[in-house]
Amino acid sequence: MIAEIGHYALVLAFMVALVQSTVPLIGAHRGDAVMMDLARPAAMAMFLLVGVSFAALTYSYVVSDFSVVNVAENSHTDKPMLYKISGVWGNHEGSLLLWITILVTYALAVATFGRNLPPTLRARTLAVQGMITGGFLLFILYTSNPFLRLDPAPINGQGLNPLLQDPGLAFHPPMLYLGYVGFSMAFSFAVAALIEGKVDAAWARWVRPWTLLAWMFLTLGIALGSWWAYYELGWGGWWYWDPVENASFLPWLAGTALLHSAIVVEKRDALKSWTILLAIITFGLSLLGTFLVRSGIITSVHAFAADPTRGIFVLLLLAVSVGGSLMLYAVRAPELKGGGLFSPVSREGSLLLNNLLMATATATVLLGTLYPVFADALNLGKVTVGPPFFNAVFVPLMVPLIITMAIGPMMSWKRGDLKGALSRLWLAAVLSLVVFAGTWVLGGGGFDTVMVAFGLGLAAWLLVGTLVELAERIRLFRVSLGESGRRFVNLPRAAFGMTLAHAGVALVVAGVTVSSYWKEERVQVMVPGQTITVAGWDFTFQGAREVSGPNYDAIEGRFLVTRDGRQIALLTPEKRQYTSPPMPTTEAAIHTNGWADLYAVVGDPAGNGPGYVTRIYFEPLVPFLWYGALLMGLGGIVSLTDRRHRVGAPTRRSKAAAGAAARPAGA
Amino acid sequence: MSETSTETTPPAAPSQGMTWGRRLIFIAPTLVFLVLIGFFLKQLGENPAELPSVLIDRPVPEFALDPLPGRGMPLRSDDLKGEVSLVNIFGSWCVACQVEHPYLMKLQASGYVPIHGIDWREKDPMDGLRWLQRYGDPYTRVGLDPDSRIAIAFGVTGAPETFVVDKQGVIRYKHIGPLTPEVFEKTLKPLIEELRK
Amino acid sequence: MSLSRCRSLLVAAGLALSLGLALPAAAVQPDEMLADPVLENRARDISKQLRCVVCQNENIDESNAELARDMRLLVRDRLVQGDSDGAILDYMVDRYGDYVLLEPPFKASTYALWFGPVIFVLLAALAGWAFYRNRAAAGPVAAAAGPAAGAGKPAELTAEERQRLEALLRDADRG
Repeated sequence: MIAEIGHYALVLAFMVALVQSTVPLIGAHRGDAVMMDLARPAAMAMFLLVGVSFAALTYSYVVSDFSVVNVAENSHTDKPMLYKISGVWGNHEGSLLLWITILVTYALAVATFGRNLPPTLRARTLAVQGMITGGFLLFILYTSNPFLRLDPAPINGQGLNPLLQDPGLAFHPPMLYLGYVGFSMAFSFAVAALIEGKVDAAWARWVRPWTLLAWMFLTLGIALGSWWAYYELGWGGWWYWDPVENASFLPWLAGTALLHSAIVVEKRDALKSWTILLAIITFGLSLLGTFLVRSGIITSVHAFAADPTRGIFVLLLLAVSVGGSLMLYAVRAPELKGGGLFSPVSREGSLLLNNLLMATATATVLLGTLYPVFADALNLGKVTVGPPFFNAVFVPLMVPLIITMAIGPMMSWKRGDLKGALSRLWLAAVLSLVVFAGTWVLGGGGFDTVMVAFGLGLAAWLLVGTLVELAERIRLFRVSLGESGRRFVNLPRAAFGMTLAHAGVALVVAGVTVSSYWKEERVQVMVPGQTITVAGWDFTFQGAREVSGPNYDAIEGRFLVTRDGRQIALLTPEKRQYTSPPMPTTEAAIHTNGWADLYAVVGDPAGNGPGYVTRIYFEPLVPFLWYGALLMGLGGIVSLTDRRHRVGAPTRRSKAAAGAAARPAGA
Repeated sequence: MSETSTETTPPAAPSQGMTWGRRLIFIAPTLVFLVLIGFFLKQLGENPAELPSVLIDRPVPEFALDPLPGRGMPLRSDDLKGEVSLVNIFGSWCVACQVEHPYLMKLQASGYVPIHGIDWREKDPMDGLRWLQRYGDPYTRVGLDPDSRIAIAFGVTGAPETFVVDKQGVIRYKHIGPLTPEVFEKTLKPLIEELRK
Repeated sequence: MSLSRCRSLLVAAGLALSLGLALPAAAVQPDEMLADPVLENRARDISKQLRCVVCQNENIDESNAELARDMRLLVRDRLVQGDSDGAILDYMVDRYGDYVLLEPPFKASTYALWFGPVIFVLLAALAGWAFYRNRAAAGPVAAAAGPAAGAGKPAELTAEERQRLEALLRDADRG
């Protein structure tokens, strides 16, 4: 019964979606306030209906109702409750329902908080959002109904892949989807603006918080996935340039560009058609990711079961939504006229440079990800585009980006002073060179050391540059500390958010380079009592014992880690054998000292002897990746709390006009 | 951007400077997107993991494999010269091999074409033998390849795979996955006829 | 292909495993390793350049597929026999095509891939250049088209705007 209610609610939601995507649009065209206002109750109704549906599926998982096919195929009574719930989105159908739930949640947020939006823009935005939701509802109802029944119901379910039974991965998909789907808001705003024929500073002000929110979630979602891969897969890697990873990285790159170009629209009324295009592309890349993951068109270690029917449906959704909006763009965008003038050397100029580099990086990753598809289609043979390609082409693009990231914020609007900015960055330059030289000397030369020195030098440049910019804002050491403190407190949150996010990037840069080049690995058979030394730490294998969990049995190895005779940690990695479905997993044990991780994995017993296969890793600066991602996410949150970004805040027209004061036309 | 250009009345004529070149810039994203969609449509339903052999029209690799214990009739590359034959990669661990096995038995009974087997990755050579005793033995010659050396030389990615080898010992075709009557009648048989000429 | 038991990563999209083939780390094992550390290092290095052909995008060093293990052993055997790294990679390409290389080779079929990023950079540079040039030419018109001006009816520049523009252009020329 519950499942039927869930199914029925989805059908009703589709009906409402039809209303939401048409009536307000007609209303906005005719200037009919009643028809326009229908968008809000419609969005609420959609939220309730999809919410009921999602609750129904979750309930079926919680009570282990195996008469529902989806539950029977993906759950098991022995599973801990957390994974029963996360199992809801651990499969194609359920994850699609989660996607739709998030879509309608965003629409509800716009309906609720968007009271100050111009009524036509709000009506059109919600209508476009309704169209996307309608498309996805059709998708789920036609090809991926999660509420199908199974008769007779099996005694127990098939269980969830044990790799997915992990707290990190339980929250990874919702985070990621909050990001992907969040970009639908920017998309809807962009399409609404194209229909409206009007993009101005106020529009940019409305779009920015949604983009920022989506970007923040996506950043954290990607980091969470990366973190999970790092500790769960058992060899300490955190990024593989796998097509599906790229599929999440592409909207992040485009979304980051969008975040920055929207600033130029808001402040200077320029880059309008480009920003609109970016909004379409960013969500388009989110949809592309969905298509790649669910169609089986590329080989990926991730990916749901390949299903051409689903593939064709997502492709259709992609073609209609993105193709349609790009055509609308082709017709309408030429009418958008750029506003404020600025010189290449200016804040806007550096934001534009950021956009050009980000766009290049996006195109490059997209090309690498899809090249096997292109080559195959053109009968050029099967090729693999692996990490060496991406590292070779992506890194050179990031270097100028990171260099300008420190300079850009130092420049004034319209017309900056490059020399002045650089001279104020002397401290960053000096420290960066010190770090570079110090690393080179201490590292003992060689290619790896040069690369690490270069990466760390860049990171230092960005970090110090960002801090210098902050120090200048609060006039540190120029006025009294108390005055600086007051200035710090009164700092616009958006500016502080930028500082945090840019500092986060600096940490990630440091983490990426050092962990890539200075990672150490030892793979060997160890017998109890044996000690090996990795990067100065002594790992003594104390043996292994059998342990058991709720739905698995495991071998638990014990490693005593000491340094200079002092005990540091006891690491207890496990090799688990799950029962349903029967599958082994490795649970690495990680000790972090904040700078580096000590990472131990226990494998199978070697031969018949007392020894076990063990893997010990020294992972320097990997924690910086997580700190950096957290800082970026935090920067997003802080920025969101900025008065000017607060979605419910009254439109501050005077400010908007002041931002666009270069020309008389205001918002 | 002007306030007066509303959604209902876009300017009738593109403003000055609105050349076709400029128009094209705005149309370009749509065009690129259409090309992408075209590629996706073409590739949808293809299996990206299916790896066509690069060894077609090249001689079989040089090898000499041991026979199954007590079965005799080992497989060497020289055995593949003289007549058109099939080389089938199988293993007792391979579930899909059981699927095609009855058809291989039928094919062997018809005497249409000799089938040689490469018994791939058996942990114990007896496993392969027992498997053939249990399900029937459709092979003329069988070679044991416990460590994948010859499988790799043949560019094998999984089992079962079936190669068509001509009289000169040149690989002419590779079929990936279980051999079905349909595949045999439609593809392999015409090829074999052709090669026999 | 029941041999394709690869480890699965599922990182980016948070998905269920399609094929139920996932196995955890059983990458290169101690018993495969060569006693000579120089050779072993070369072996690891080569292994990281070769794609496990039965898995998805994984190198054979990290893969736990049985075929990947056999490939690792083959690589080591050939190293012991004195083959060069290039010869071993060539052998694999000879058997499996370019597909087996994680770094696509630079040749006719991949020119578009390798030149792509260069072309993107040039396009971006062109776009940036055209943007500023365009703004310099059309900017005053757009900037002047205030609320007073009708669509497509450019207003005259005010003296102040003209001054600003000239200053801006001068600056752009200079630097």
